[in-house]
Amino acid sequence: MLSFIRKRSVASLISLVGLLVLVFFLSRLTGDPAALFLPVEASAEMKQQFRELHGLNDPLMVQFGRYVGDVVTGNLGESLRKARPALGVVTEAFVWTLWLAVITMSLVTAAAIVVGSLAAFRSGGFFDRLSSIISLVGASVPDFWLAIVAIVVFSVNLAWLPTSGTGSILHWILPIAVLFVRPFGIIVQVVRGSMIGALSSAYVKTARAKGVKAGPIIFIHALRNAMLPVITVIGDQAASLLNGAVVIETIFGFPGVGKLMIDSILQRDFNVVLAAILVTALAIFLMNLLIDLAYALLDPRIRH
Amino acid sequence: MAEHLLEVRNLSVEFHTAAGVVHAVRNISYHLDRGETLAILGESGSGKSVSSAAIMNLIDMPPGRISAGQILLDGKDLLTMPPQARREANGRRIAMIFQDPLSHLNPVYTVGWQIREAMTTHGMPAEQARSEALRLLTRVGIPDPKGAMGKYPHEFSGGQRQRVMIAMALALRPDLLIADEPTTALDVTVQAEVLALLKELQRETGMGVLIITHDLGVVADIADRVVVMEKGELVETGTVRDVYKNPTHPYTKKLIGAAPGKGEMHIAQISGEPLLSVRDIRKRYGSFDALKGVSFDLRAGETMAIVGESGSGKSTLARVLLRLDEPDAGTAHWKGRDLFTLSPSELYKLRRDLQMVFQDPTQSLNPRMTVFQLVSEAWAIHPDILPKRQWRERVAELLAQVGLSVEHMSRYPHQFSGGQRQRIAIARALALEPQLIVCDEAVSALDVSVQAQVIALLDKLRRDMGISFIFIAHDLPVVRDFADYVMVMQKGEVVELGTVREIFEAPREAYTKALLAASLDPDPDVQAEHRAARLKRA
Repeated sequence: MLSFIRKRSVASLISLVGLLVLVFFLSRLTGDPAALFLPVEASAEMKQQFRELHGLNDPLMVQFGRYVGDVVTGNLGESLRKARPALGVVTEAFVWTLWLAVITMSLVTAAAIVVGSLAAFRSGGFFDRLSSIISLVGASVPDFWLAIVAIVVFSVNLAWLPTSGTGSILHWILPIAVLFVRPFGIIVQVVRGSMIGALSSAYVKTARAKGVKAGPIIFIHALRNAMLPVITVIGDQAASLLNGAVVIETIFGFPGVGKLMIDSILQRDFNVVLAAILVTALAIFLMNLLIDLAYALLDPRIRH
Repeated sequence: MAEHLLEVRNLSVEFHTAAGVVHAVRNISYHLDRGETLAILGESGSGKSVSSAAIMNLIDMPPGRISAGQILLDGKDLLTMPPQARREANGRRIAMIFQDPLSHLNPVYTVGWQIREAMTTHGMPAEQARSEALRLLTRVGIPDPKGAMGKYPHEFSGGQRQRVMIAMALALRPDLLIADEPTTALDVTVQAEVLALLKELQRETGMGVLIITHDLGVVADIADRVVVMEKGELVETGTVRDVYKNPTHPYTKKLIGAAPGKGEMHIAQISGEPLLSVRDIRKRYGSFDALKGVSFDLRAGETMAIVGESGSGKSTLARVLLRLDEPDAGTAHWKGRDLFTLSPSELYKLRRDLQMVFQDPTQSLNPRMTVFQLVSEAWAIHPDILPKRQWRERVAELLAQVGLSVEHMSRYPHQFSGGQRQRIAIARALALEPQLIVCDEAVSALDVSVQAQVIALLDKLRRDMGISFIFIAHDLPVVRDFADYVMVMQKGEVVELGTVREIFEAPREAYTKALLAASLDPDPDVQAEHRAARLKRA
């Protein structure tokens, strides 16, 4: 079990380093940060000064070496725009995103398991057909459209909820509701398929022969077995939320890491971009580890 | 009139499928008393498991429907009971064990938890259930029962898993135990142990046992009365001895006639050079010694049976001989050339001489290929055997040889029965005109009557074409009817090697004797003697 986790960690760390290399060089090769950051009328001297201040005149390899050293010591440089440590800017935004992702995925997981399981229990029945339609629509509706419609209906017309920004619990409702829809649709379908298989399995037959009630048969006997493929999909969906729901955060003016990344890319604030990528990659790496752990917890055959 | 423990009256069950209504059982009636064992004997598709599924309320409705009849447990009709009472009867009054204990135990919970659940679900306090579970595991003979409580199903052997299932089923001392092919997936010695355990437990608790099986030997060993089913209908019923000695229905006669192990044994004629000469083959998987030095000779037209229980290395040997797996040491000379030193291109030429027929034709035949494609594929790989324009003609010939016909050529494997599929697999092996066919449990999955036909077919091929066979099997009666020589294997070693007569009539080694003693005889009188002899030894 421990060696299993160690192996997975090493593999993920290698890809983490690869990602860092790739992103660093790409961000330096898409244009001169000095030219883009400073106003068009800035003089060559000012640009030169700017480059020297941020070490942009050194060869790329030197810059990269310095960068790796900084990463290891936790110094990800200053934000060029905000004149604050980049890591601080990113973690501040990332906490928002993390909360958004955790709350949304918790709700999605709980709801999808209940709906998918019940649909599977009476597959072909009314509830199953209803949930199939809902989940299909949920999985296919574009979220930006849904976000705009939600704002029009709930904020503009009904004036129940704020249109954007943060400040109160009410501000969270629309982003969470909109982000909920697609993963819910997808996960319900996976849960349903996986549960239909588990419910027709031999061990469920044994449980019925033992006289076990329907509730424990679904949620104890079948569900734990059916969760293995579901967890993979939950991980995928959670990863896309952790990356920052760029469009949704932008529409709702939500100060998460997705919005921060877009803003920083447009402003060539590459210290922040690199820090953001590093932080989200680390988060996704940790989440994959959690998923592997969840696998091992659910299935004793993986543990051995 | 005293009420029977279980009485099934005029039961009919049908399944509504896309292809129409299937009448799984039609108007069947039988009964069972306390302390009695009733066997339901039938082949695949006979509906022998359907009535027991109806008793346990395990039929999915829809597509299933109980169209008529009653199932009386102590005189009360289960079918008209409210669902709640029905569920409570399961586990408490009626319990069930199944054919494949690995898939019937939940893989993600410990066996201790699963046995406890059988009791707590019917209201027993957790602490009491825990000590009961421990007592049960001890009773069914699981080693280290305390430690076993915390283990998962995959950590046990097949026989142990079935013992766990039995412990779970008997947790609440049910009045009726239904056993659906409980020993089919087990080795013969383990089968004998499990059947003996069931009998002991029945004596202790006085429960009625309903055993569903395709195996006359199991019926002879354990049952008092038997019900014979064919295509959903009950064709004969009576005491085991009456039915065996004086069967009245033609189907029963056919079943008894097809039971292997009664024919004349072959007399091996030692002549000629060995076709295949195997010396000291060894194979290791990690720290597990699968083969620890196996040697034998095989001459043209001879059949060498390899018998042994799971883990004996018999299938590994077959795979190594066909170079599907590489040996660690040893030689295998085929007409004087060592198979293990051949280059890939030499091996390719030799492939056509050595063919294999696998256990499960459902898995070994590609479901997306027609019979014609399956059989003729061999010639696409070895184009020198037959020009393409003769393919159809030759496939037709081969199909006729294995007892199928020309119109089967364009069909797919799923359109055939298990026995027919195995014939297709044999036709495919024959397409390359091999000199040696390795059959790995090739008839184990087949019904007795079909098994007899396939064995007769293989025997005919041997006589007509002089093909040699390596016949891997765990079923001794089949081996007795078909083999010239028998090699008994245990844990990667050859325990005993001799002619079929030597092995069956005068076995020398204790392990061979144990195997023979554990093998079930379809004749209830003979089987009773076997059992008595076993008990005396034990």
